[in-house]
Amino acid sequence: METGRSSCKTRIEDHPILDFPARKEVTFTWEGQELRGYEGEPIAAALHAAGIKVLHTSHKSKRPRGFFCAIGNCSSCLVVVNGVPNVRACTEKLREGMRVQRQEGTGPAPRSRE
Amino acid sequence: MAVRTTELVIIGAGPAGICAALEAASHGVKTTLVDRGEELGGQLIKQTHKFFGWHKKSAGTRGVLIAKKLAEEVLNNENITLLNSTEALGYYDDGTLLVETPRGIDRVLGDRLIVATGASERMLLFPGNDLPGVYGAGAVQTLMNVHGVRPGDSVLMIGSGNIGLIVSYQLLQAGVRVAAVVEAMPTIGGYAVHASKIRRLGVPIMTRHTIKEAYGKEQVEGAVIWELDENWNGIPGTEKDLEVDVVCLAIGLTPLAELLWQCGAEMAYIPELGGFVPLYDETMETTRKGVFVAGDVAGIEEASTAMAAGRMAGLSAARSLGKVSDLDYSRLRNEIAGELEGLRSGPASAKILSGIAKMRAMLQSVKEAAAVSEAEPANQPANQPADQPANRPAKQAASEPAKEGDLAEAGARDSEAQGNNGSKSEEAVGA
Ligand SMILES: Cc1cc2nc3c(=O)[nH]c(=O)nc-3n(C[C@H](O)[C@H](O)[C@H](O)COP(=O)(O)OP(=O)(O)OC[C@H]3O[C@@H](n4cnc5c(N)ncnc54)[C@H](O)[C@@H]3O)c2cc1C
Ligand code: FES
Repeated sequence: METGRSSCKTRIEDHPILDFPARKEVTFTWEGQELRGYEGEPIAAALHAAGIKVLHTSHKSKRPRGFFCAIGNCSSCLVVVNGVPNVRACTEKLREGMRVQRQEGTGPAPRSRE
Repeated sequence: MAVRTTELVIIGAGPAGICAALEAASHGVKTTLVDRGEELGGQLIKQTHKFFGWHKKSAGTRGVLIAKKLAEEVLNNENITLLNSTEALGYYDDGTLLVETPRGIDRVLGDRLIVATGASERMLLFPGNDLPGVYGAGAVQTLMNVHGVRPGDSVLMIGSGNIGLIVSYQLLQAGVRVAAVVEAMPTIGGYAVHASKIRRLGVPIMTRHTIKEAYGKEQVEGAVIWELDENWNGIPGTEKDLEVDVVCLAIGLTPLAELLWQCGAEMAYIPELGGFVPLYDETMETTRKGVFVAGDVAGIEEASTAMAAGRMAGLSAARSLGKVSDLDYSRLRNEIAGELEGLRSGPASAKILSGIAKMRAMLQSVKEAAAVSEAEPANQPANQPADQPANRPAKQAASEPAKEGDLAEAGARDSEAQGNNGSKSEEAVGA
């Protein structure tokens, strides 16, 4: 399954008004593929910066879903994080070593704590 | 599950909730301020532009800086406990507020509650509106101005109210192409200064135009726009295909009032205030005793009025806790009411004022019905003004995109049945 076009220009470096302070880089995986992002940013921001927009598929028709509201309101951005389904990628903070997967429909039943 | 007790709980640390907290705390009220975000300031933390509005302290200051100043005041106030990254989930009859913190679910027990949860974006009905790449204007701002990530390479902006115009300019500042701004109304909704700024940078603003569809296999790869006739129908043959990877919706906001529905406050659909709003009196108290509101959740307006209304709610809550003397109360109440009146004296506020008048009339009839049912308890269920059709919403408006709903499955998100012309009338911030 394609993960979307990746673009190297998605991070804003120069901005006329805003400063984006230097942050710590971490490594995480998306569908098994290793990616880098900034610690503490929303998972969705790190994925977006890597050109990944499809995060989830709908229950019935399996239509692709991405983020929409970015503030935890709409549940359009659900992903599986370290085996736990229904995590909102727009509000969940990125941590070193996170395993993030696209959620198909309701996602897998949560396993007992690893 | 931890339990915290406090005198006053405030949900939402936008300008309304912060000012409510500062006011209540100034009267010695132990206040707990809850926000699901990490940073304090609500909408303000995304606003890089200089604010309009006439607030004596804040006019002409960038939103991000107003937020910073307010946040400092909160952090330095010993009567305010901040619970950030904490989402309010539900408010129960015994006064329990359930919250989800990064560590799990906790209970907050407060004697009074102020709901200042702000607003959420409206949705628009068109084929492909559920594709990744169709984003709300707030989401685009969050991604770009808070997290420093561009939403895409090329954007179609829907709506020429101030939000649409300002976010277009912010996109250009971040180095993103804005292919066009479409506006269903015959005229541009926002201020001329904002419109000419983006026009000078080569962005066409197309009035009487709307989106026909967004398309793409897995995400937005393009969008078709077309012209509208006088009856708001698309004119065949006028379609234009735009190569964009983002469609940004800036068609207005609607109050984020789920908690008020859930806790049983009486609600009414008032288009002038942006959708379903709680009924509340001059002191900002809802029909649920001890529950107050302020800011966009009580009617879509702007930051300056949200701040004054927040102060009013904070004062009223402090007063009802017995923390304010009669003399101080009437002085402060008159001062804040005067400030609100001044802020709403311009022609642009006519709509808000008529919405508030409508809401107050409904509140009055609810109160009268409640008085009748109290007098005849056998005939009427408690707290249920049964024959008040005006207050019984015929339809449930979706305040959020129901992406998993049936409409969404058909490739179209739910929208308030209001067509494409929301941008002008709904953006109170701009008018
Ligand atoms: C693009 C744009 C430009 C604008 N420009 C201007 C301008 O120039 N001048 C002006 O006066 N106004 C402007 N406004 C409007 C202004 O920003 C809003 O009117 C104002 O922020 C409303 O304040 P508020 O406190 O009611 O809500 P918000 O600022 O939206 O704050 C609500 C807070 O509640 C929190 N919250 C919501 N639900 C929960 C929950 N369940 N649990 C915990 N926390 C929750 C949210 O995280 C948020 O922090 C603009 C708005 C936008 C979108
Ligand atoms: S994008 Fe709406 S909940 Fe995450």
